[in-house]
Amino acid sequence: MAGIKCQPAGDTAMRVQFNEDVSPELNRKISAFCKRLDEENVKGVTEWVPAYQAVHVYYNPYFISSERLEAILLDIGISDSMHHKETVTLVKIPVLYGGEAGPDLTHVAENSGLSEREVIERHSEGDYLIYMMGFLPGFPYLGGMSDELATPRLDTPRDIVPEGSVGIAASQTGIYPLASPGGWQLIGRTPVKLFDPNRDEPFHFEAGDKIRFLPISEREYERIDNQVQAGMFQIKKEVIQDGSVSN
Amino acid sequence: MSEHNQFSQPLFQVKKTGLQTTIQDLGRHGLQQYGVVVSGAMDPFALQVANVLVGNPRDEAALEITLAGPKLDVLAPAVISICGADLSPALNGKRAPMWKSFHVQAGDRISFGRPLSGARAYLAVAGGYDVPVVMGSKSTYERANLGTVMHNDKIIYGFNGSVRSGLGLSHKVIPEYEQHHDIRTVAGPETDWFTEAGIESFYYEAHTISPQSNRMGYRLESPVISHKNGADIWSDAVPLGTIQVPANGQPIILMADRQTTGGYPRIATVISADIPKVAQLTPGSTIQFQPIDVHEAQRLAKEQEKFLRSISHSRASRI
Repeated sequence: MAGIKCQPAGDTAMRVQFNEDVSPELNRKISAFCKRLDEENVKGVTEWVPAYQAVHVYYNPYFISSERLEAILLDIGISDSMHHKETVTLVKIPVLYGGEAGPDLTHVAENSGLSEREVIERHSEGDYLIYMMGFLPGFPYLGGMSDELATPRLDTPRDIVPEGSVGIAASQTGIYPLASPGGWQLIGRTPVKLFDPNRDEPFHFEAGDKIRFLPISEREYERIDNQVQAGMFQIKKEVIQDGSVSN
Repeated sequence: MSEHNQFSQPLFQVKKTGLQTTIQDLGRHGLQQYGVVVSGAMDPFALQVANVLVGNPRDEAALEITLAGPKLDVLAPAVISICGADLSPALNGKRAPMWKSFHVQAGDRISFGRPLSGARAYLAVAGGYDVPVVMGSKSTYERANLGTVMHNDKIIYGFNGSVRSGLGLSHKVIPEYEQHHDIRTVAGPETDWFTEAGIESFYYEAHTISPQSNRMGYRLESPVISHKNGADIWSDAVPLGTIQVPANGQPIILMADRQTTGGYPRIATVISADIPKVAQLTPGSTIQFQPIDVHEAQRLAKEQEKFLRSISHSRASRI
């Protein structure tokens, strides 16, 4: 790998900067780095947060010094150049597009010069890479949306964007795991609960996974919603060969 | 199934919630990579001392009370302690002790008055509060409906803890909350995103805590801290105490309820040993930032940890 650099981010976190442009390849390296870090089980390290270009490693300075941690992290950075992950988890998210669930679909279609049906097709045809998570519990920062769909944010953000809303902001697309104020153009909604603190697995995916949106009918939305409410819903996941990556 | 444990009992009835009263422990760690906000006590020092004084583990949850405190009717005998800001705590209308454990009885009323110094007080009870543990923590994070929300007439349950009362913290080590504090910081990671003049203003000028300050972050009113070229970075994790500077040049110190990631350049990070001081700042008070290196910051962090360890193992009546 092109190399990493460690910088202190205060006295309880170390920022590991990857000296490369943001890309799906870099994201794979960052995922591999985090996996190695997990395996190393370093005493004093409490957690880590992968992002587009860096990983923050949180630690307790009472148990490990910044120098010692830096040495370990640089070591992991070197050794994981050998580490190639060839498969990736694909998570399928059912989405009801348009109507009340996606009040801005019409606007996105007008803005892009496509029909609503074409917007839905473009949005649901590719796989999206989860570069990182943040902003809200369970919120994925996704890469890979077709440039044709890029639409500026709303001039005035909504006070409440409903939970499960799927939206577009400039060239990004994402899903709101919780009701929240927000300025994204809403094109659909998923009945799947992206975050449920009372579930054994509160989240359905993590950074480095991929997402595919599956267009569903209103009836299918109701059916899945009922399953979700009853705690019976099983999300569809599959392990696919990597390399078919969109960017 | 009852939501409360057989070893717990109704402890307080909330007669008035106060400005912002929440349950906080040392935070919800380990899930930041999924976007779960850490939360936890704004002033972890005062929280831990409050716990030690009633014989609890240091990371037990307490009530975090902000500026205008609640009114609580006591429903069962208990040993409690109040540490942190002096918000004029009273027991049955008479001044209650601070930084010292004491008995309360059923029928007593705990109330708070004028904030005299600091912003946040911690009310701990021997045995701890019986509130749900969500993803490893009792901390409240209202934006994601995590933890316990206070409302009038709410009954707060507590576990039975039997300890002697009267354990106090020595006056020499009780923190003083001033209207001006020097706050020590470690530079970076984006120091090179700022102009030389911007960095000078950051370290040489005083900054005022704005009224738009809360558990998420403290907005500062400052001479403009200018960027060289724009203020957008790739979204990245933001540790506790991160000082980010958006395009308007006004810094924000990120606190307990900060989002896990941010997108503004970070000029410095408040050292962990000074987070308690920041947590006790009220709007209108001022701070000045000092640069120190990470080794010095870690020495100070270890010193604070050693102190907390020493008092939690002490058998003296004044620690």
